[in-house]
Amino acid sequence: MPLRVEADIVLARKHARELAAALGFGLLEQVEIATAVSELARNVIQYAGVGEIVLEPVVEGSRRGLGLVCRDEGPGIADVDLVLAGGYSTGRGLGRGLRGSRLLLDEFDIATAPGRGTTVRGRKWLR
Amino acid sequence: MSVSVLEIDGFLLASIQESLEDSVALQLRRDLLEGLRRTKAPGVLIDVSGVDVVDSFTARLLSEIGRAARLMGAVTVLVGLRPEVAMTMVGLDLELRDVLTELDVERGLERLRHRARADRKREW
Repeated sequence: MPLRVEADIVLARKHARELAAALGFGLLEQVEIATAVSELARNVIQYAGVGEIVLEPVVEGSRRGLGLVCRDEGPGIADVDLVLAGGYSTGRGLGRGLRGSRLLLDEFDIATAPGRGTTVRGRKWLR
Repeated sequence: MSVSVLEIDGFLLASIQESLEDSVALQLRRDLLEGLRRTKAPGVLIDVSGVDVVDSFTARLLSEIGRAARLMGAVTVLVGLRPEVAMTMVGLDLELRDVLTELDVERGLERLRHRARADRKREW
């Protein structure tokens, strides 16, 4: 789904929660997934302006779960390791949002560079 | 959509019923602080029992309301945080500063009344 305006953050987390529930995630995990999506979607709106987030069921061997890809063509991040380590803050919470979503998901991968946009891939597995 | 600020028993009460857009949350902050100025209420209750996501933005906003209210001389009590939301906040290491918490509106009101009584006693 597209991320263009602030209201899309609310839609994205609602969609995430509904998909998580449909896939069989428990209440806590539904909220964790929705919260991670909220952090990522807000980063896109605040720092890149526009982007998109794709949420889908994933299957890998006997594991099932929820996968997400959040992508934007924004300014990108110069030192993402520093941001994820908590040593960097823009004052508006870019680092906190990324760290938060990483904590809430089982798998988290970020590809970014200055001028090249940012793509975050995440997964959470059913237990 | 907006959140209405009610007066109950001399205190302000805002019940957040669902997932808030950021701009609505910022409007609520303005409304609550303006309400404090207008009513001179000694306390604010924020009922979040209808809220299913508290992310870092929301947590910071709630803390800011608490801090600004405290600077104005009022106490903020957050009530009704859902267990799964509270657990997610623990997982995220999100803290609420400058707000007290209670289980529900009734307990929150009791806390504010108790505090108001204690303040009156001190004045004597």
